[in-house]
Amino acid sequence: MSFSIAEAPSRSAGVLDILGPKWRSLRARIRRERSGAGARTVLLVLLGAGFWTAVFGVSYRVLKYFKGVEEIGPLLAGKLLAVGLLSFVAILLLSNLVTALSTFFLAKDLDMLVAAPVDWIWFYLAKLGETLAHSSWMVVLMVVPILTAYGVVFGGGPLFPLVALATLLPFFLLPTVIGSVITLVLVNIFPARRARDLLSLVALSVMAGLVLFLRLAQPEQLARPEGYRNLLEFIAALRAPSHPLLPSEWAASALMNWLLRIRDPLPLLLLWSTAAAFIVIGASLHRRLYMAGFTKSQEGANTAAGRAPWHRVVRALLGWLPVTRREFVLKDLKIFFRDATQWSQLILLAVLLIVYIFNIRALPLYTGERVPYVLVTLVVFLNQGLGGFVLSAIAARFIFPSVSLEGRQLWLLRSSPLDLQAMLWSKYWVGTLPLLVLALGIGVITNRMLHAPPFMMLLSTITTVCYTLAVGALALGLGVLFPQFETENAAQIPTSFGGLVFMMAAVSLLTLIIVIEAVPIAEQLRIWQSGGQPGSSTSLLVAMGAVFIVCALATVLPLRVGLRRLAALEA
Amino acid sequence: MIELNNLTKRYGRFTAVDGIDLTIPAGELYGLLGPNGAGKTTTMRMIAGILQPSAGSIRVAGIDIREDPIGAKSRLGFIPDRPFVYDKLTGAEFLRFVAGLYGQEGEVIDRRIDELLELFELLPWRDELTESYSHGMRQKLIISSALLHRPEVIVVDEPMIGLDPKSARLLKDLLRQFVSRGGTVLMSTHTLEIAEAMCDRIAIVQGGKIVAAGTMDELRIQTSTGDASLEELFLKLTGGLSEWELSELFDR
Repeated sequence: MSFSIAEAPSRSAGVLDILGPKWRSLRARIRRERSGAGARTVLLVLLGAGFWTAVFGVSYRVLKYFKGVEEIGPLLAGKLLAVGLLSFVAILLLSNLVTALSTFFLAKDLDMLVAAPVDWIWFYLAKLGETLAHSSWMVVLMVVPILTAYGVVFGGGPLFPLVALATLLPFFLLPTVIGSVITLVLVNIFPARRARDLLSLVALSVMAGLVLFLRLAQPEQLARPEGYRNLLEFIAALRAPSHPLLPSEWAASALMNWLLRIRDPLPLLLLWSTAAAFIVIGASLHRRLYMAGFTKSQEGANTAAGRAPWHRVVRALLGWLPVTRREFVLKDLKIFFRDATQWSQLILLAVLLIVYIFNIRALPLYTGERVPYVLVTLVVFLNQGLGGFVLSAIAARFIFPSVSLEGRQLWLLRSSPLDLQAMLWSKYWVGTLPLLVLALGIGVITNRMLHAPPFMMLLSTITTVCYTLAVGALALGLGVLFPQFETENAAQIPTSFGGLVFMMAAVSLLTLIIVIEAVPIAEQLRIWQSGGQPGSSTSLLVAMGAVFIVCALATVLPLRVGLRRLAALEA
Repeated sequence: MIELNNLTKRYGRFTAVDGIDLTIPAGELYGLLGPNGAGKTTTMRMIAGILQPSAGSIRVAGIDIREDPIGAKSRLGFIPDRPFVYDKLTGAEFLRFVAGLYGQEGEVIDRRIDELLELFELLPWRDELTESYSHGMRQKLIISSALLHRPEVIVVDEPMIGLDPKSARLLKDLLRQFVSRGGTVLMSTHTLEIAEAMCDRIAIVQGGKIVAAGTMDELRIQTSTGDASLEELFLKLTGGLSEWELSELFDR
């Protein structure tokens, strides 16, 4: 190694030089995970294989059915692909917006790269590649089994994977370039931290809007063609989301052309030429605006946060608590409502609930005819299971990450005389109490909409309370067992391995509860069918007792294990 | 006072701290020096209760940290080398939260918060989120939080990093005043001039062990270096590149 003054380098660092450390870090991480956690790898591989098999199986059956439909079969398959790719474009665009901000403006390697004698074009292409990889890998995982099904059903042949690759590469590049350009412009207007909040908010709102739009458009009507006046109207409804200028349409046409042996290279040419043109535009904008934006991204946002009146109200309401617990609850609430990556999840939650209630309302139960008691009871029972699943998803979003979010400040909590039980207590109730209110709210509303019989209403309410308390504890306990201390974005924590384990544990608990309750419900239905009056019975009381014990164990055990693990955690 | 008895920390087969014995009486400012990776920060984090020792014991103000962690931590103020605070709290809110962790509240603590913020010239930023604070401002906020509950012992890891000269001087004066009133300070630093000027006694740590300890005069006697400066002493004990070796690097 020499420290003498060097002459100008003979060549600038290329894309591979810039991305090399990332690639090597990824390889090292995979190697470490392989050697350190065999069970985890096996579980992930099994889940991945299960997911791929399920997606492939469903796609295969649908496409096989479409292929059998005369005349419009291939059209239906093509339209389905175009609609699917359109959804992927929307997801990719949103994902690229958030990812580009990190890779181009907030990443830790930027100071070094910007200071190094790296040619701007290689820097741009390397960062674009990094954004592409980070934002698109999940969609790629989803696309592979779907396109495999298309290839198998329509006989794509051995060259189909290459055609798919040639189609998807420019298809994925387009939203990456657009996302990075929008980010570039936004960072030149707002400070980076504010831009990140703004982008998270925009991305989540658009995602929520998309979900809401797709649900309120009542796609289930497409499965009931009798609702349409004629075939033309039906086909027109199928064609609704497509547009000849959308890249998803080009990609679908390119793939379907190959599968249906149509010689038309235009869609592929359109994809590649548009992607190339966009990269040129993106690069020239990057050259003009990047340094100004990067400089601006170093500035802090105006972050005054005065003493808001609600702080005083909440402080007064929590006056009965010991000071440590009160300050902890207040701190958690303030951080939640000030961090856009946390509170913006409420938007998604609201949409999820609207869609859920809308689904219940859309059930064709009360359409004038007298509905059998058995059916109502079964639907209410099913609703309890679905509600439980929704609660688990909410707990994964809001309670599971709560300990991980303390990560960088753990030094403070561990070096202070804080009773760890107080911390866990605060995290538990701050997360579980709103969840309980919500759970009871949606439970009562949907059960009333379904005209649930009184005994089912009671059973459902008691089960909801027990399950919510347990799922809150499970989320918190597993959040301590699988902490993600290095993650800055709360929204990423539930998608970790620990989040997956939590969802599996929550669903297992829910299944167990449903199995326990199914016995007395079946008995109640038998009483009703034999002309008796359903009501309380020994088996119902035993089942409720069993559910209570299971939920109590599922509440106490994770909290105890979590507390022990928390005490052993080293910051 | 701080008492470390056979303090050991192992990570798998690697021993980061290897059987350290150390007693720092009340009213003393003790310096912990050593090259990077010598085990200074690990030792301090064990005293602060953040890491659990693999073996040995720690007593803070006469209380065994394993037997009564809450009692020991109540008497301790810890200032880490990396100032991580809650980004979405304001400076004043952060201090109020820390006071809550020590079970303190009320007007007295509110007044003390304002006093400390004023002392470290953070009062104009008291209602700004700490995400907009500079490294030095965060460091000053953490120093304030360590002084908030009036500790008997302060453990401070690299206190001067990021501080402007005025704040560095203020911290030096504060720590000296603190020990003159019977407090105990354990401080690690790489700035040898600061250690020489401030510390009553110094320990030099290498490979997880104390290789020399005592006052400056005692260290000179132990190493037979006459009237050598702390820098020369340090390099002799821990090894360092000579001027000749450095010039070789540039010439090669």
